[in-house]
Amino acid sequence: MTKEKVLIRVENLVKHFPITEGIVFQKQVGAVKAVDGLSFDIREKETLGLVGESGCGKSTTGRTILQMHRPTSGKVYYRDTELTALSNKELRGLRTDIQFIFQDPYASLNPRKTVNNIIAEPLKIHNIGTPEERQDRVRELLSLVGLNPAFVNRYPHEFSGGQRQRIGIARALALNPEFIVCDEPISALDVSVQAQVVNLLKKLQRELGLTYLFIAHDLSMVRHISDRIAVMYLGKLVELAGRDELHNNTLHPYTQALLSAAPTPNPAAERKRERVVLQGGVPSPVNPPSGCHFHTRCPIAEDICKVDEPVWREIENEHWVACHLR
Amino acid sequence: MEEREIILDIQNLRTRFNTHEGTAHAVNGISYQVHAGETLAIVGESGCGKSVSMLSVMRLLPMPPAQILADAIEFRGENLISFPASEMRRIRGNEIAMIFQDPMTSLNPVLTIKTQLIESMKLHLGLNDKEATDRAIELLTMVDIPDAAARINDYPHQFSGGMRQRVMIAIALSCDPVLLIADEPTTALDVTVQAQIVDLVNQLQDRLGMAMVWISHDLGVVAGIAERVIVMYAGFVVEDAPVDDLYADPRHPYTAALLRSLPSVDSNPDEDLEVIEGMPPELWNEPVGCPFAPRCSFARDKCYAENPPLEETTPQHKSACWIDIHTGEFR
Repeated sequence: MTKEKVLIRVENLVKHFPITEGIVFQKQVGAVKAVDGLSFDIREKETLGLVGESGCGKSTTGRTILQMHRPTSGKVYYRDTELTALSNKELRGLRTDIQFIFQDPYASLNPRKTVNNIIAEPLKIHNIGTPEERQDRVRELLSLVGLNPAFVNRYPHEFSGGQRQRIGIARALALNPEFIVCDEPISALDVSVQAQVVNLLKKLQRELGLTYLFIAHDLSMVRHISDRIAVMYLGKLVELAGRDELHNNTLHPYTQALLSAAPTPNPAAERKRERVVLQGGVPSPVNPPSGCHFHTRCPIAEDICKVDEPVWREIENEHWVACHLR
Repeated sequence: MEEREIILDIQNLRTRFNTHEGTAHAVNGISYQVHAGETLAIVGESGCGKSVSMLSVMRLLPMPPAQILADAIEFRGENLISFPASEMRRIRGNEIAMIFQDPMTSLNPVLTIKTQLIESMKLHLGLNDKEATDRAIELLTMVDIPDAAARINDYPHQFSGGMRQRVMIAIALSCDPVLLIADEPTTALDVTVQAQIVDLVNQLQDRLGMAMVWISHDLGVVAGIAERVIVMYAGFVVEDAPVDDLYADPRHPYTAALLRSLPSVDSNPDEDLEVIEGMPPELWNEPVGCPFAPRCSFARDKCYAENPPLEETTPQHKSACWIDIHTGEFR
């Protein structure tokens, strides 16, 4: 892999949501440790896949990078700009470069606005163009994402799930961003429509030189779209590597379990397969296990894992892992 | 496959919903059989009628708006379609049990799981409280809930999603059903928990020998669990085949395209995925012709005019298509 320039740098990112007690005199009694110390880079024009089970903090990571949630501590750099040090007003100027695509195409579009208003809204907020120019830009964006430009005056309910997701993508592209966080953009879609949206995202990346952080829980689709894949468990990264490296040379036991749990459409292979079936569910992020967060479910855990937190380190070239036993 | 007794025989089932906006044709004349001890999977995308067809069999749809018609729904020699509601109640939860998709909403949050477990045993098996409770603890142990005797007095919110689905399975098994219908039981779960539940259900079926209908949209999960697969599209059965045949040699263009649109371990990530253009049809109109024709690369004039019947192409392998997809010619 050629080393591209780093576009987004995340340093020791932490996001804790406070749990409070009391109505008048609120005091903090604990915290949901959604994101608990992440460090990684996203390079220009690449797709970094971020996978993990529900509640592991992957969506919070995406939102915290874009400063939709302000982090508890840690830094996020976009090129040389430290996003975490900017005021909300200064951030607004940068919103033209960094954008977000939401998971639920039903909840993320205002049902009372026409497609035209939805897609033109970011242009209006940033005072770009005259109304006529904006109108043209909306039509251009619609054809870019494969929708008929004649649909500009329709409302979201007139579209199917896949088409709505295309509207969400068009809105994210309106300001010509460089970096887009895609938060499970295909999870709510049917199988035959997922492929359409994935192909569209890849086409746009080729044509517009976009960089994606692609959040998902479906490993096969993530492998298809990503250049590198990061695996998250209970607020921490456990492994990060190139997509083929991660599949062919899996190091962390959690990644192994996740890969072996993902079903494949091949009956003969499914019958033969020896699964690493993990016991139990994901522990609560309010009170995560000591040491390595994964030790309660880990098939190879040893005593040290209960005490010491493993260090996030580059064990081979471009292959990062946090495990005592590797 | 050896000949096994047919326990459920559905003939020409049609389900419609009469709404203010018109009539939705959810299920449009489907027929299939479930054999004793078999695992049958019904796959399809949302809105294809896979859940509605099973809910129609169980008569769990509000009528109106639903309207359920069938030539016959025979369950072990009895025609369910002629049964009054009270007779259906005798079958449901007893000989035919059901597990639902969402373990969060299908358990009652204000009752302990003990109350919910023993309810159907007292009703159908005539057990008293003590006997039912003992059996409930046995069932919870069977579905691998640790410390079952203590946890039986807990409320649903005290269990995780995967544990709740185990409780649902225990409830479904409480009256030794002959047929278990599982409606997307793992869709709401994480992959590692999904693997646990799939393993558990496989084991239980080996042990108890009931037949199972597993409804899913996930062709990966189905590959690991089913013996036979039915593919549904727009309220029709378009293909019905043993699992290996279906994945190795799909005969309906929809099944073939669906399988190709999934990224596999060997697929090249630099190539585009194959897509099925367009969307499933609206169900407002009485269907004419093959429902898949507008999205099908093989479609001819005949496909738009006449709906192909579900016929055997090879023994055990049925497909509803005029075209042989290997040659691209009429069959």
